[in-house]
Amino acid sequence: MLGLNNKDTLLLIIVAAITLLAPFILNPFPTQSAMAQFNAGYPDLMQRFVIFGIFAIGFNILFGLTGYLSFGHAAFLGVGSYSAVWMFKLLSMNVIPAILLAMLISGLFAVLIGFVSLRRSGIYFSILTLAFAQMSFNLAYSVLTPITNGETGLQLTLNDPRILGQVTTAEGSIPVTSLFGLEMRSTYEMIFGPWSFQFNAGYYLCAIIMLLSFYIAIRIFRSPFGMMLRAIKSNQTRMSYTGLNPRPYTLAAFVISGMYAGLAGGLMASMDPLAGAERMQWTASGEVVLMTILGGAGTLIGPILGAGFIKYFENIFSKINDNILHSWFAFMPDGFENALVAIVHPFVGKGWHLTLGILFMLVVVFLPGGLVEAGQRVAKLFRRRKSEKTSDESAQSKPAE
Amino acid sequence: MGILEVKNVNKRFGGLQALGDVNLSIRENSCHAIIGPNGAGKSTLLNCLVGKLIPDTGSVLFDGQSVLGRTPYEINQMGISRVFQTPEIFGDLSVLENMMIPIFASRDGSFRMHAIENMHNEKAVVERAKQVLDEMNMLDKQHMHAASMSRGDKRRLEIGMCLSQNPRLLLLDEPTAGMARADTNNTIDLLKQIKDERDITIAIIEHDMHVVFSLAERITVLAQGTPLVEDDPENIKGHPKVREAYLGEAA
Repeated sequence: MLGLNNKDTLLLIIVAAITLLAPFILNPFPTQSAMAQFNAGYPDLMQRFVIFGIFAIGFNILFGLTGYLSFGHAAFLGVGSYSAVWMFKLLSMNVIPAILLAMLISGLFAVLIGFVSLRRSGIYFSILTLAFAQMSFNLAYSVLTPITNGETGLQLTLNDPRILGQVTTAEGSIPVTSLFGLEMRSTYEMIFGPWSFQFNAGYYLCAIIMLLSFYIAIRIFRSPFGMMLRAIKSNQTRMSYTGLNPRPYTLAAFVISGMYAGLAGGLMASMDPLAGAERMQWTASGEVVLMTILGGAGTLIGPILGAGFIKYFENIFSKINDNILHSWFAFMPDGFENALVAIVHPFVGKGWHLTLGILFMLVVVFLPGGLVEAGQRVAKLFRRRKSEKTSDESAQSKPAE
Repeated sequence: MGILEVKNVNKRFGGLQALGDVNLSIRENSCHAIIGPNGAGKSTLLNCLVGKLIPDTGSVLFDGQSVLGRTPYEINQMGISRVFQTPEIFGDLSVLENMMIPIFASRDGSFRMHAIENMHNEKAVVERAKQVLDEMNMLDKQHMHAASMSRGDKRRLEIGMCLSQNPRLLLLDEPTAGMARADTNNTIDLLKQIKDERDITIAIIEHDMHVVFSLAERITVLAQGTPLVEDDPENIKGHPKVREAYLGEAA
């Protein structure tokens, strides 16, 4: 279907089903229950899942296929966000032109950075991209204040021209982002017994764009171009002695993944129309590297898993504070309770980075292929059990024949 | 006039004169061996032919066109393919994919953005890749991970990848270095077969005299960066200058 083989079609359908049913899947616990804090099905977080999914899918096209590790991809995210907010300020609150401009500008930016950085490979390439990203960050923070509004961040105001849209709403406030009149923040809440599920317009826009991005990524992975990118990762010497110029291939991959990042940045601004320089900081670049490696670099589904995993930790684990811990362990004698809370305390709340760090180390050491490899191993285990069982049965049934 | 003409090529690395006034002419459809003791400049010469090094002076003409200043991929597109001392293949890819890449390169040139095109529509390339694998007796290994093959099979694959492009000149850099006797003989047989069946010029750098005398129709002996003699294999065997270069003056 759609030019994909059966396996890829199945993968696409599964991902589509999960993203479209996410409001149900991420809210498994009733609103009033003690477990409700593990619910992740609120619009803000769901949007972040898919937006960072897009960011990681794009990053994986560069890192997973060519092996070029960019440490400055957040620069494109930031550029995308700034472009989108400018579109909201100057043109209208429609998200489509904003997203298109975000992709265009980040693409141009990627051509520039890629052209210089791709002259080197390995660690030198990583450092060059890191340097460019930090330069962009510092420029956005200080020198380019007229464009970026410095440390305050770029925001919408009542004085913006918005030549094609309304400058202010009837009530005199700043209008909200929309898709041809459908407000991005509009949410339909479905109450089902003790459960509540939220369906947000912005989330579904992001989800559909992510599915589209994922589909394009599958096509790239399976195309002759994708094969060339894997060949670059494998052996550049053979590549050039086979009559192929690796430079334009890597540049194309770099620009594509830069545009994916710009798209993610544009969507971020479309959901919440402000952009700050911190979006370009190196920690943000590092985060997408973590997502891709944690999920499984070079695999199709890995980056999405990694993005979801890290964003879930960031938003859910970080909210567990000491009070919640005490209520969990309340059934124990006082001394035990306090001791357990003291042990768990560093790993949750503000200490969620520690848990994530340990998990990351465990994955890299024991599962170099990331979460995808974990899934494959479990599947293999089940298959082996099954085949053992069937072979046992056939062995037993033989004498009877 | 040969298909490859090397004229007055000099190359210096600091104080070392790696190549001094090298003149070499390789006849079309012949098998020409370049031999010489360690440090004679064989590899330097080869690197000057494929664009990895640029000579300080002199000219290298392939089919009347200069190769100097061109990059390795441009020189490959002119019709020169190179086999390396240690097989250079795409280890992370399958054997079939390894074979498809050079075929894409000959068809589409050094770069083509076929990112959304489907592999299903590239039947001609797949067919051709399978055909070359069949000629190399490797069709049964097509789904193997290339890195997991034996040294001899890797060499066979690399030669196949070069041949799939129908090059006019095939350069071999010590193709049997570090190989077991059986693998060496297999490689010799393969190269003999290629030489007999195709219109192809082969230039070979080799230490192993068994390989050289089984294949070469013409031999150039290089010593200390300059060609000592160029002659037919029968005359090279007993040539006093060659003995001297290889075994020292006392011999």
